Amino acid sequence: MNQKIAVQIDDLTVAYNYKPVLWDIDLTVPEGVLMAIVGPNGAGKSTLIKAILGIIKPIAGSISIYGKPYTKQRKLVAYVPQKGSVDWDFPTTALDVVMMGTYGSLGWIKRPGEKEKKIALESMEKVGMLPYKNRQISQLSGGQQQRVFLARALVQDASIYFMDEPFQGVDATTEIAIINILKELRKAGKTVIVVHHDLQTVPEYFDWVTFLNVKKIATGPVKDIFNDDNLTKTYGINYKVAVNK
Amino acid sequence: MSNPQIEIQLIAAVVAMACAIPGVFLVLRKMALISDAISHSILPGIVIGFFITQDLNSPLLILLAALFGVITVVMVEAIQKTGLVKEDTAIGLVFPVLFSVGVILIAKNASDVHLDIDAVLLGELAFAPFDRLIVTGADWGPKSLWIMGSILLLTLSLLVLFFKELKVSTFDAGLSSALGISPVIMHYGLMSVSSITVVGAFDAVGAILVVALMIAPAATAYLLTEDLKKMIGLSLLFGVVSAISGYWAANFLDASISGSIATTLGVIFLMIYLFAPKRGLISVLYRQKQQRIEVSLITFLLHLNRHEEESERHINHLQEHINWRAVRARTVLNLAEKNNLVQITNNVVSLTEKGLAFTEKSLAYIINNRDEKIEPMKEDFFLFRG
Ligand SMILES: Nc1ncnc2c1ncn2[C@@H]1O[C@H](COP(=O)(O)OP(=O)(O)OP(=O)(O)O)[C@@H](O)[C@H]1O
Ligand SMILES: [Mg+2]
Repeated sequence: MNQKIAVQIDDLTVAYNYKPVLWDIDLTVPEGVLMAIVGPNGAGKSTLIKAILGIIKPIAGSISIYGKPYTKQRKLVAYVPQKGSVDWDFPTTALDVVMMGTYGSLGWIKRPGEKEKKIALESMEKVGMLPYKNRQISQLSGGQQQRVFLARALVQDASIYFMDEPFQGVDATTEIAIINILKELRKAGKTVIVVHHDLQTVPEYFDWVTFLNVKKIATGPVKDIFNDDNLTKTYGINYKVAVNK
Repeated sequence: MSNPQIEIQLIAAVVAMACAIPGVFLVLRKMALISDAISHSILPGIVIGFFITQDLNSPLLILLAALFGVITVVMVEAIQKTGLVKEDTAIGLVFPVLFSVGVILIAKNASDVHLDIDAVLLGELAFAPFDRLIVTGADWGPKSLWIMGSILLLTLSLLVLFFKELKVSTFDAGLSSALGISPVIMHYGLMSVSSITVVGAFDAVGAILVVALMIAPAATAYLLTEDLKKMIGLSLLFGVVSAISGYWAANFLDASISGSIATTLGVIFLMIYLFAPKRGLISVLYRQKQQRIEVSLITFLLHLNRHEEESERHINHLQEHINWRAVRARTVLNLAEKNNLVQITNNVVSLTEKGLAFTEKSLAYIINNRDEKIEPMKEDFFLFRG
């Protein structure tokens, strides 16, 4: 394969209060894959994404995005946090939240204008949230909130998208809507990295997968490595998942 | 009105506005308590500053005190990070210590100067106009008006410049840091501004009123709006209104001005808490009652819709079938009849055409709960209220 490398991680160790939750991770994500990160609760999946995005400082190791540190590549990256990480009672509307996606390219002090608003509205249209643009965010259902966050990531027009459990608590229609958008992103040459819990749907949704449980168990194409052996190593019990080869 | 009267009100209003702005973000960040902590733990900064300059209005005092404000925040966070205690406990550990250090410093070294603790805690607005700014022999007005005016100007310009940064870092720190808007910088920026405001204000109005002016207007505004800009606007308004009406209440009752303003703040909050149109206690209770009746009504109509047999629809057996208390059954039946949803012939209740249409719509509403189609239907759905 002669692909560019989107994310390169070497010897990464991350700790909370000196207790390591990620040990010595090496990971290479090629450009243009739609990758699932799977692992049990507390495996460090969210932590891995936060470390890549510089939200948590690692105690060792290096991370690069297209060959450069994240701080130099911010504009290439968009992020959808795990649900519940924001204050839903915050006085702000759905449209306003989506507009926040443009703040990164605006930089400090400059304020969003008509152009940013237009981009935000287009992106809300894509996820089917236009009718709700003026709703206060706490008055949206869980799935609708998730769509708002997806729309916010889309306005960032990044090259790499990180999503922490975008399917958590959403209905089948929303799940399909989201995965179709993710597949479109991949078609457009973007790299999409998704923390995912539903093992059944991994082969259907993704073409790349990383098994994680404090240490990296395996990473590679779904068709090569998504098997009982790796699942057992990751989850500690024998999973019987039908893998369609 | 005499000159000092106008000046006192002006000072109170300016202090109120200067406090309201950082207050909004403290309330949204659920950090109301920290303002209380800062207002006490800045004392050592003031005392040390006073030893150095021998002048209670020197800018160095403000800077040193603000530094102690930030030190408070850093210490609280350090204790919290150990994971042994929660944030409120950490706050409770830090500020009494710093405050006592200040008190001891005063007792040991400055017991003969004007720096008594009552003044620090309660302040006295009535005296504020007597401390004048005299430059080259000319009287430029009360010093505290100049100090607080500058602080207000600073706070306002920072707010305008960094509005979007404040918003995103308060709402979603993760995104904010991913976007390159460091939430840590915003956090300490806000803490520094809060400390400076507290320090500037406490000399004029006292530490307790400072805390009230920071928290109460923002908490009140929070009940009324779902828009951050409006929340800030309303906080400014509530602050100023409380300051002015508190002043007149004090005048009328011959009471402490700071105390009256703090009381007014509390009363306004209470009124809004009770009567706010959307989130107020009374409207919430009223809405809940309405919703209960509405749900009962729909349950009742669905029951009628589902049961063809007359025995199920006989007026005397209705309550057994739906399993309601008699009063509730009566209320619902009356409501349905009043709105021409049902008709009663020979003591048997049946749906009218309108009732049938409404029932079908309600059913669609309940099933489609996740669909965009709800929006226009809501109008119909709540049509029969009251
Ligand atoms: N802020 C924090 N302070 C201390 N420990 C933390 C913190 N956040 C996470 N941890 C711990 O780090 C470990 C990894 O957490 P992380 O959130 O990365 O897990 P995860 O794989 O995303 O799990 P989930 O599937 O439940 O989302 C867990 O053991 C968790 O308890
Ligand atoms: Mg997680």
